[in-house]
Parts: sequence; structure tokens; C-alpha cells
Amino acid sequence: MNLEEIIHNLNLKVLTDTRDFSAVPVKSGYCSDLLSCVMTGAAPEGVWVTLMAHSNIIAVAALLDLSAVIITEDAQPDEDTIAKANEKGVTLLSSPKPNFQVVGELWDMGLRAKQD
Amino acid sequence: MTPIQPEISDKRAETITKTEELAYELRIHEVMTKDVHSLSPDIKMEEALEIFQKERFSGAPVEQDGELIGILSIEDLIHALRENHIDALVREYMTTQMTTVRKHDPVVEALKTFARTNYGRLPVLDENGKLAGIITKGDITNGLLKALQRNYQEEELIRYRASHLFEDIVSGRTSLILRYDIRKGDFIHGGNASSNIKRALLRLGASPQVARRCGIAVYEAEMNLIIHTNHGGTLRIEIEPHKITMEAYDDGPGIEDVEEAMRPGFSTATNEVREMGFGAGMGLVNIKRCVDEMRLISSKDRGTNLYMIMYLNDTDENPQTVN
Repeated sequence: MNLEEIIHNLNLKVLTDTRDFSAVPVKSGYCSDLLSCVMTGAAPEGVWVTLMAHSNIIAVAALLDLSAVIITEDAQPDEDTIAKANEKGVTLLSSPKPNFQVVGELWDMGLRAKQD
Repeated sequence: MTPIQPEISDKRAETITKTEELAYELRIHEVMTKDVHSLSPDIKMEEALEIFQKERFSGAPVEQDGELIGILSIEDLIHALRENHIDALVREYMTTQMTTVRKHDPVVEALKTFARTNYGRLPVLDENGKLAGIITKGDITNGLLKALQRNYQEEELIRYRASHLFEDIVSGRTSLILRYDIRKGDFIHGGNASSNIKRALLRLGASPQVARRCGIAVYEAEMNLIIHTNHGGTLRIEIEPHKITMEAYDDGPGIEDVEEAMRPGFSTATNEVREMGFGAGMGLVNIKRCVDEMRLISSKDRGTNLYMIMYLNDTDENPQTVN
């Protein structure tokens, strides 16, 4: 699965610089609003679904080499956070739906949690 | 890190500066066209037109007895055609008011002249005032692109050299030490040190897995310094061919019960910090999971020392670190 399909199917808004999202693979999904849990639970080339929109999510996403972060319930990161994301090559996506709904739609598309 | 607007990323600013630098570094003679077809002033415009068509020129210098006396452009040819005077001599229609540049001047001088005059091409003169070549905007673009490409290859070479650092330097025990001071409560810069460390490790040739694991461990340690200390603390990373030692130390307040602190889910984080996504009580647990060895020494009086060690020589992930 690639990021382009996810953006299209879930009708997500791209908050950061656009690039060829069809070339960005997405291999698994993870959902939590606690950063240390994300550090444990999310895998490289995965998407992370979270309600958090503050700048701390960028460092986590960059360290884990995530394909994208989906910020839910229309939470809006500030300009500095978006600038930091662009600088670190992190893709931020936005949805008005809650975590549960977004995860459900990703699961319907066939995306699963990481394999241990 | 200073907040920056998305349209001027670091990378972009770097490229702009590099191109500008190159425009000052590169000399005109390095990018100009040297093999110039000059015209004699005494041939007919008709003949010049044929040469332009055959050679696909849009302009050419005019020389007499080895001296540059003018320049003939397509516009001059059109001028002659319009006046139905195609059998006139080149000397009658050529442009004699010329702006020239010198071959040893930086390319930026030619750029300035182009901007000022709106000419498509400029004759280039040598030290003796003789024609050395012709420069166009296209020549400059090509020259800059080639120089950028060379620079890129040099950067690749630096990366290659960095990854062989430990092989090139012979000593009883070689190591590279990186230090970062972390301030209490500095959430804005939180994660900067760990991403810098991750990048340094990649540059030194560590595998993405090793770099990522170290990055995660150091991130947790970095955030602990920001959240839980009295005045912040220091991260000290020592890189050796066979292992990476990461230390985080601070001067207090110290951990009361180290065993309890290691329990998954145990947290002393305030509600305010929890609202930012911290305080899961998983930080130390994560560190332990990521590194090969971890030691936590803390006392109420002396603060906390956290040691994290990653061994490199017994994994296949980092072959060039094996001696």
C-alpha cells in the first residue's frame, strides 16, 4: 500500500509539502497519543494516527522513519510545527474524524499493525 | 532551532547559497564557449545569414586582423533584411558599441552585465584585450550545473570518508565524542540532539536500524532531561568502532526508587506534561528495549546518570566496524 492511496481513500488533507506520495510505501499502522508508546509500537514506514498536533510529534516521526502522521479531529499543528516537519521530511496529514474512525478505515483498506 | 517557513527549508537555503558562492568562485573562462567562429567585416550579410543558418548561430563576433571590432546578431540580420539590403557588408550592420567581460572575472560579473544590458551574449577578452570566447546565459547555467554536480560528488566523498574514519585513523583506542547540553523545560528543541546523533551515526556508516535504535534511546533520555531535572543536563555520546556509549547526566533531583522508575507505566510526570503526550511511564522501558546494556545510577544528592551501550561488532548490521 502507498501513501497516495491512503490520502485518496480517507480524503486526508496534506499539511506539509507535497511530493510523489505514490512512491511512499506504508507497511503498517499504529495509534496512540503517548509518545513513548509510539516509540515502542510504531514501525518504520508506518502511519501513526494521533490526536496530538504539537511539535513533539515531529521528532518522534523522524526518529522512527514513519511514512506519515495522520492528525485527527481537525487538530491543527502550528506553523513552526509544519516548518519543522518539512525540514525533517515528515509528512503530516489531517482528518476531521476521530482516531477510532480513521483506524477503522485504514483497517478496511487492508492495513494492519506491525508484525513482530 | 529557529522556526523557518516551509518554502525556505534549510536544504533550499543551502542550495541557493551554494549557487551564489559558485557564481563568485567560477571564472568566466571556465564556462564560456572558447571555440568561437568569428566573421570577417568584409563578407556580405547574405553570407553571414547562411553561416548562421548552417551553424545555428544566433550571434557571432567580428574580427579584423585579430582585433575584435564588433558583434553581429540575428537582430542585425533582420534589420538588413527589413531594409532589403542583404548584400551589404557585415561592417555596415554589426554592433560596434560592445559591452565585454574579462576571462578571469568571476561569473557573477557576467550575470550582472546580462541583467544590466539585456544582451544575449557577451564577448570575453583576455589580458591583452583579444577575443578569448563568447559567453551566454546558457553557458552560465550549464557551468553552474556542472559545478553543482561536482560539489555533490565531493559531498558524497566526505560521507564516504566519514564512514572510513575509524579505519583511517590508527591509535590504541579511537573514539569520537559528541556532547549536547539540554535545558530544563526546552520542549521547543526537544528531539534535536537525538536527531543530530542519528544523522551523525548514519554519516559514520551505521546501519539505519542501529541509528534508529540509538536515536530512540537518546530521545527518551533527552526528554527525561527536559521534563524531570532541576536544571537540565548533558548528553554525551562516545562512538567507537565496536560500540556506542550514550550517557545522560544531570544534577538532580535524582530518582527515589530506581526499581520503581523502571516499572512499565510508572510516571511522575505532571498533568501539563502528560497533555503534551509524555508521561506514559515507558521511557526507561523503551531505552532498555533499544540498547544492549543499560545502567541507571541515581541518588537524591548527586542526581542521575544513565548509561546506554550499543555493541556493534557482533551484529551483521554494521560490517565495516568489524576490525
